[in-house]
Amino acid sequence: MVKSDKDMTWHELNLGCMITDVGNTMQYKTGDWRSQRPIYNFERCIKCGVCYIFCPEGCISRNDAGHFVADLFFCKGCAICERECPTKVITMITEEDK
Amino acid sequence: MSNKPVGMEVSVALSETIMHCDVDVIAAYPITPQTHIVEHLADLFADGEMDAEYIPVESEHSALSACMGSAAAGARTFTATAAQGLEYMHETLFIASAMRMPIVMAIANRALSAPISVWGDHSDVMAARDTGWISIFAENGQETVDLAIMSFRIAEDHKVLLPVFLNLDGFHLSHMIEPVLIPSREEVKAFLPEHIYPAPLHPSKPVAMGECAGPNIYTEAKKQQWEVLEKSIDIIRQVFADFGKQFGREYHLVEEYKVEGAKTLLLTMGSYSETAMTCVDKMRAQGKKVGLIRLRCFRPFPFDDLRKVVKNADTLIVLDRSLVMGGPGGPVMSEVRSALFGRKGMPKVSGIVGGLGGRDITVEDFEKIYDLGEKLANDQSREFAMYGVKE
Ligand code: SF4
Ligand code: SF4
Repeated sequence: MVKSDKDMTWHELNLGCMITDVGNTMQYKTGDWRSQRPIYNFERCIKCGVCYIFCPEGCISRNDAGHFVADLFFCKGCAICERECPTKVITMITEEDK
Repeated sequence: MSNKPVGMEVSVALSETIMHCDVDVIAAYPITPQTHIVEHLADLFADGEMDAEYIPVESEHSALSACMGSAAAGARTFTATAAQGLEYMHETLFIASAMRMPIVMAIANRALSAPISVWGDHSDVMAARDTGWISIFAENGQETVDLAIMSFRIAEDHKVLLPVFLNLDGFHLSHMIEPVLIPSREEVKAFLPEHIYPAPLHPSKPVAMGECAGPNIYTEAKKQQWEVLEKSIDIIRQVFADFGKQFGREYHLVEEYKVEGAKTLLLTMGSYSETAMTCVDKMRAQGKKVGLIRLRCFRPFPFDDLRKVVKNADTLIVLDRSLVMGGPGGPVMSEVRSALFGRKGMPKVSGIVGGLGGRDITVEDFEKIYDLGEKLANDQSREFAMYGVKE
């Protein structure tokens, strides 16, 4: 893991703020932007993968049971999956209510 | 290549020099009075004399954007512009410097519209003075050629890696035919090492450039950029010294002319300085204690060098060839005044704005400027004076 920019001094920055460990967005917790999260009623899931295709964050993957689930480290809570799911598996709840 | 000076137009001499610098990529859009520079480079390229990529873009904004791509790939990169062209690049100027792209850009300095003027002054570069570029001024054809070679060496130094403005006055310099000695490819090669960008874009070693910085790190990014630009002054001084050793032509951050014993100094930048020298000779012959200094390097601003040179004078007159609207008069005067303010034994600073939009300043004008400047030094009623304005 690279040092967080919270702890970095000006001496430690790369030339022109260049990033040399490319792909380090994997360490970027976009999940903390979220004010609401998806919850699932998988009884209605037809495993069509529509949510997976539409998620703008690319954070949905298939679990062992074959259901599609968001990785909450990255999920920004945009609710696109909720809107696109044809069988209404997904409901957004606010983070305070979780 | 002969070691005799050849009479040629300064724009052409500059282009030939750029070729001798073994530039890899040129991306430029023609604009008066820079046109002869890029036209001649295009000729050299089309005639197969130049082993480079020439990108004729659709605008100045694209010109600098293409240059950034080229510099990011580690190529030696040149462009040239003037006036509205430079301002059209404006937002990308900041990006090139903050991303540490060692691009060299010649500016054939020209007044800004409106009213439309194709003639020379320093409004264009002064509007871009805080973009993080190193900014160097040439006074004649030989200096233009020499400083072009030095600009690449400065920009590409691994302690610098910043873009450089090479300023030459539009028409008054760009279109003059002067005797110029163009160093040969071999001589340039001996002075200018191969350009090796530390982390160029390359698929085998991927890097990401130009990404976001949140409030946690933007301040640190700016601090680092400021430090690098500020410290580049030592490298510039060193490059000037090394050039002097190899070519026998001396350059300094602040150039002096008959400063010894001078009570009144005039500060100029660019090609009008040579007329000012003639005026100093004339006034010295009349027993007047006047001298001249010229800022070779405006960014980074040579605070210490300036203070050292002016400390024995009573009055320092600064001639600006651009006007800060609603501000203190001339931008150079404003910086000079703040460099000296509150320090013991420094001269009083008088600001004079003149030579706007190509207006000539003759030797006789310079005599009047010395007189006016001395009067202004003790006049608290105004910040500056415009010279030669028809009342
Ligand atoms: S809420 Fe948005 S980001 Fe989160 S899983 Fe659904 S589509 Fe993806
Ligand atoms: S869109 Fe709905 S039904 Fe389709 S896989 Fe995702 S959760 Fe299941």
